[in-house]
Amino acid sequence: MSLTDKDKAAVKALWSRISKSADAIGADALSRMLVVYPQTKTYFSHWADLSSGSAQVKGHGKTIMGGVALAVAKIDDLTNGLLDLSEKHAFQIKVDPANFKILAHCLLLVIANLFPADFTPEAHVSMDKFLGNVALGISERYR
Amino acid sequence: MVEWTEQERSIITGIFANLSYEEIGPKALVRCLIVYPWTQRYFSSFGNLYNAEAIRGNPNVAAHGIKVLHGLDRAVKNMDNIKATYAELSVLHSEKLHVDPDNFRLLADCLTIEIAAKLGTAFTADTQAAFQKFLAVVVSALGRQYH
Repeated sequence: MSLTDKDKAAVKALWSRISKSADAIGADALSRMLVVYPQTKTYFSHWADLSSGSAQVKGHGKTIMGGVALAVAKIDDLTNGLLDLSEKHAFQIKVDPANFKILAHCLLLVIANLFPADFTPEAHVSMDKFLGNVALGISERYR
Repeated sequence: MVEWTEQERSIITGIFANLSYEEIGPKALVRCLIVYPWTQRYFSSFGNLYNAEAIRGNPNVAAHGIKVLHGLDRAVKNMDNIKATYAELSVLHSEKLHVDPDNFRLLADCLTIEIAAKLGTAFTADTQAAFQKFLAVVVSALGRQYH
């Protein structure tokens, strides 16, 4: 389900309203994911502290949102724009790509929670499509 | 047999006790029809679903959203036996309505998003976990009688 011009405009518009809270969104989405989908904790067995206020969770939430920001910037060519991140996830991290959907759900939920007026169904559908395409971009080099 | 902790039970009953069915039901269904447009296939008798505005203003959609949410009441009142409670509804959705059960998950996700939008800081990770667990059990029960 590729991104129309309308989708890209909607994603950029939503991002402009939420990006100053990017770090908080990332940290909240990640910590929710670890609680609500405990199987995702298997990727973080090397962390000392998986609780929501921990430095590691906050730091990693920020890293993730850096990736989302990059994807927004490269929205016209996500496959090429995310190639480096794809190589990293494919050869180094090896996250099962099924988990991208889980994280995407948590990101959408946090955005709805923090920005209920902005997260209209129209914004939601475009953002959902966008995150789906980001997941495809990240999975590009997997096999 | 699904095990519920006391905390989970209290979270679920708390959410539904404070819920405005007339507000959230329509919003959840409207969101589902817009975000996952293929779900519109089940509502061809509802009239104009041509665009987001039409969906928002459609009184049949609003009424149905309220109906669906009240349907969840039965699960809240029978949390220890959701599978049996929904057996008939499952048969209905399978044999009469012919709904692909994956759609239950999509509507459940939209309902979760609406609750998250409504509850703000009260929608903690534990609240989300309990609510999503509840909806997952409902979704599973509704798909149970398909064959």
